[in-house]
Amino acid sequence: MKQIKVLGSGCARCADTAKLIEATAERLGVAVQVVKETNPQALVTYRVMSTPAVVIDETLVHSGSMPKTEHIEGWLQS
Amino acid sequence: MLEIFNYLADRLVYELIGLAPETALGSAASFFVASVSKIFVLLVVLIYVLAWLRASLNLERVRGYIAGKHRLTGYFLGAGFGAVTPFCSCSSVPVFIGFTSARIPIGVTMSFLLTSPMINEVAVVLLWGLLGWQMTLLYIVVGLSIGILGGALLDALRAERYLQPFLAKAYAEGAMTDARTESKRLSLRDRHDFARDETLGILRRVWIWVFIGVGLGAVLYGYVPDDWVERHLMDGAWWQVPLAVLLGIPLYTNVTGIVPVMESLLLKGVPIGTTLAFCMSTVAASFPEFMLLKQVMQWRLLALIFVLLLLAFTLVGWLLNALAPLLFVGL
Repeated sequence: MKQIKVLGSGCARCADTAKLIEATAERLGVAVQVVKETNPQALVTYRVMSTPAVVIDETLVHSGSMPKTEHIEGWLQS
Repeated sequence: MLEIFNYLADRLVYELIGLAPETALGSAASFFVASVSKIFVLLVVLIYVLAWLRASLNLERVRGYIAGKHRLTGYFLGAGFGAVTPFCSCSSVPVFIGFTSARIPIGVTMSFLLTSPMINEVAVVLLWGLLGWQMTLLYIVVGLSIGILGGALLDALRAERYLQPFLAKAYAEGAMTDARTESKRLSLRDRHDFARDETLGILRRVWIWVFIGVGLGAVLYGYVPDDWVERHLMDGAWWQVPLAVLLGIPLYTNVTGIVPVMESLLLKGVPIGTTLAFCMSTVAASFPEFMLLKQVMQWRLLALIFVLLLLAFTLVGWLLNALAPLLFVGL
């Protein structure tokens, strides 16, 4: 099961990103656990300065915007 | 060029709808229609053009430019980039962390963060459209100066002592100093896509503020009697500026909402320093924003910045009220 973190606090796009990932995973039938990480310390850990950012299994795959659905599909299927 | 909107609004309100220009409702309605139409046309055209120009500028590149520069250069660069990058209060915490972890001094980062909400393309568009280029220039100069001087002062007071511990550690270690920024070349198509998304995104975010701000401005313009303003605010007594600044704090709006209010205050004859102090305080000193920054700063630093801003707005207000007779002879 993929462990997915969505980094960022207080922005509407962060919540939307988490929802979009969950919905996409369900559609593709991929088992995921999506966590919204709001602790600012996580931004230092993953070296992010624009949110929302997406971390999959401890690797930063995206930052600075809401990811496009086709990108999410790519991450989930790899 | 922009008078066309006033002309069309008068036509619509007075001739088609048939309100009388002498009535409060008539003048408020004409003010509302003229301002709203002017603002939306300017917003669409200018945001698109500006976004097109700065499509390749992102926060990582800004950080790359600023990191490692001399402090003094840093304050100017910080304030300058703060002015040209669009601001969203949800990005202030990540930006603060990203800059600080790259060992950019707190003052330089604050120059960026103080200037960013005060000056942006929407503010410039509105000021220029509603109040003319002189006011726009004055507003930009004041905003940049507050950012530059505020940042320098925070460093002089060694503000880095009051960071939250995890960030103080990241600053000391330079946790992101080696961060690479990849620059990709943008095609015309990419730029168009970016500019279109920006324009739509900003419009979606600010349209409600345009209506609220202009609505409030129209009410002030149409219904607050001129002689009331004359009796209470025109004399520019010294205490009016700090009072205006204090009143501005709990009124949380963004720059889109405040510029139309500014226009009607000025039209009513409120002195320019008092008006500007009120508006900047409304835009830049907001509690929600400060609550967010609590995640990265200790209370003492937040309080310090807050007091600093209030003092700065008050001083600017006094200064402009004193200089106003020299500044705008023609207005």
